[in-house]
Amino acid sequence: MSPTTHRRTAPGAATPRRRAQRRKRTIACLFVLPALLLLGALVVYPVIFSVGRSLFDASGTEFVGVGNYTEMFRDPATLTAIRNSTLWVVVAPALLTGLGLVLAVLTEKIRWATAFKLLMFLPMAVSFLAAGIIFRLAYEHDPDKGVLNAAVVGVHDAFSDPSPYPTARAREGHGVEPGEGGSYVTGATAGPGDTVTLGFVGIAPKDLPEGAGPAAAPSAATEELRGVVHLDFVPGGGGEAGRVDDGESGLPGMAVEALDGGGAVAARTTTAADGSFSFAGLAPGAYTLRLPGENFAEPWSGVSWLGPALVTPAIIGAYLWIWTGFAMVLIGAGLAALPRETLEAARMDGANEWQIFRRITVPLLAPVLTVVFVTLVINVMKVFDLVYIIAPGTVQEEANVLATQMWLVSFGGGNDQGLGSALAVLLLLLVVPAMIFNVRRFRRSQS
Amino acid sequence: MSTHDTLERSPAGPPARALAGASAAGARRRRGPVARLTSWLSGGLVQALLIVVALVWITPLAGLLFSSLRDEETNATSGWWTALTEPAQLSFDNYSELLADSGIVQAFWNTVMISVPTTFLVVAVAALAGYAFAWLEFPGRDAVFLLVVALLVVPVQIGLLPIAELFGRLGLYGTIPGVVLFHVAYGLPFAVFLLRNYFAEIPKEMLEAARIDGGGEARIFVRLVLPLGRPAIASLAIFQFLWVWNDMLVALLFANTSSQPLTVALQSEMRQFGSNIGILAPGAFLSLIVPVLVFFAFQRHFVQGVMAGSVK
Repeated sequence: MSPTTHRRTAPGAATPRRRAQRRKRTIACLFVLPALLLLGALVVYPVIFSVGRSLFDASGTEFVGVGNYTEMFRDPATLTAIRNSTLWVVVAPALLTGLGLVLAVLTEKIRWATAFKLLMFLPMAVSFLAAGIIFRLAYEHDPDKGVLNAAVVGVHDAFSDPSPYPTARAREGHGVEPGEGGSYVTGATAGPGDTVTLGFVGIAPKDLPEGAGPAAAPSAATEELRGVVHLDFVPGGGGEAGRVDDGESGLPGMAVEALDGGGAVAARTTTAADGSFSFAGLAPGAYTLRLPGENFAEPWSGVSWLGPALVTPAIIGAYLWIWTGFAMVLIGAGLAALPRETLEAARMDGANEWQIFRRITVPLLAPVLTVVFVTLVINVMKVFDLVYIIAPGTVQEEANVLATQMWLVSFGGGNDQGLGSALAVLLLLLVVPAMIFNVRRFRRSQS
Repeated sequence: MSTHDTLERSPAGPPARALAGASAAGARRRRGPVARLTSWLSGGLVQALLIVVALVWITPLAGLLFSSLRDEETNATSGWWTALTEPAQLSFDNYSELLADSGIVQAFWNTVMISVPTTFLVVAVAALAGYAFAWLEFPGRDAVFLLVVALLVVPVQIGLLPIAELFGRLGLYGTIPGVVLFHVAYGLPFAVFLLRNYFAEIPKEMLEAARIDGGGEARIFVRLVLPLGRPAIASLAIFQFLWVWNDMLVALLFANTSSQPLTVALQSEMRQFGSNIGILAPGAFLSLIVPVLVFFAFQRHFVQGVMAGSVK
């Protein structure tokens, strides 16, 4: 309804009424004035100012038209930011909505739903800065510091044994030479009845495997090729290089292969606690012994989460941690409002849980899912703090999104306020569809 | 879409459906041990899955807490989870050191001095405007309110450059009032939207009765509208408080070293992340403990406040 309709009601005789009307209007204006002044000066005016400013160059003196907007798509750093922002918008809202939906449905089936929802929602209370620090810690590359890599390496090592002696190397000049693929081979050959001593260094005594016993020089046996792999180093000094001395430790768990003249593996064994090994039943002949590279492989140190390749997915992961609770609780509220009878009827009709989910729950939830999705798209476009905090300085450029790029260009050394304004206007243009969505939704709710 | 046509389209078809319904009812009456076992198992599976999810969600937070309680050297050489088996690693030394740092303490108070007035101002200004938009008449009311709805999603980035310049001219740049004003302005669209919609639900008769009783608008606002709007106002206040408490971007630009909040003070330590964990981890914990306490104290209002913007 429009206030003008009142003015026309009773011509002539309405002076007191009119005065009352005017008074009412004045009061109304006093009520809205503070809000309108603030919004006008600090939100509407900056929009207009930014649009204007984006048409001028860095110093603001020369008119460049749409120059800043075309520059945006030429500048490689800004292009990276546009690409990353696209990745964010395509991946994060969809993942979050899906995850929120699945968790909301599952949460309905447990008794501790409230506790679970509280826990999941908790990260919403945490600042992006704190979340950034939390995930910088979690994403540390060193598996002894970063919990994520500790878990990943743990799983990896559970399926493939870690090599026991990554730092070991053969004592040079005593018959063991580096071979292919990080392996070590004996320079001379040996056969049944012979003994071999293989000395290694470069292992700190504290890094020796548990149960490693003192090494002893091998005793010959006619039918067997015997030997010992030992740490050729006496703690505290003494001892002679190339032979087994008192106080030297054996190297257990070392794989040893006997290679025949053609280089094929004739036999394979593993050293005992005192580092000794023996090959029984070898055909007479000359064999080269090889300690394969798997004994000495560097341990796998996990994923470089904050390296240039994975930094954006890693930051999106942190974002998921923060927002999943939001999506879940919102969708859960929608779920609680679904007509129980519909679901019950479907269940009575023999529909299984998947059919109910796919054919009933999701379609009925569509409006809520749309709201969650749109809210997330708007928020994802403006993501700033998390990227700014998590990405280490060296990969900042690879991780940049529009909001951080706008910041860097305008204030972070770039000092090009023309291009900065253009980026801010671009950010605004990107949320215009959401603006229209909101206005439409509001008008529909009013009619 | 109704259940009816959903199931019509299922491969079983109508006759089979009746049968399935009958057998399902039958099954419920005499659920065999197998059926009970499968439902128990699937229930167990859901439980197990959600327990894993809960653990994954709590782990990063636990990491921060434990790291904040270990000294620099321990943090540099071993993972925080070793503290689970060696609790002797833990001490409050980092915290006492942090609280002895006058810069950090100042930043903490700045955070309070920014978020409390902002919350108060946003609620006051938005409640006045929300009431006017809902119940008072003035020219262009509905059009202006649509503009407010449109402003809901305007990114703060658009305000950074122009307002920095404006505040520079007004002498507000680098001051706490400047930061507060910026936050109030960008908090208003949501606040006005929320409160206007809430106030609009007040029954018309109540307001008319109050007007007939001779109450002026100001009196009605204070005596009737504000008390009735308390749930929405509480949600809004909590949401606004957390939003501003957690902000970094706005303060990064508009505050200087003497007016900067905790987030900005900590951010400046990020460059040497590895060697600064002794400050950053307890600092982050200090900055998140207030919002988390607010969260637990006002869970319901908090969740409603965060959700109100989207579901209505």
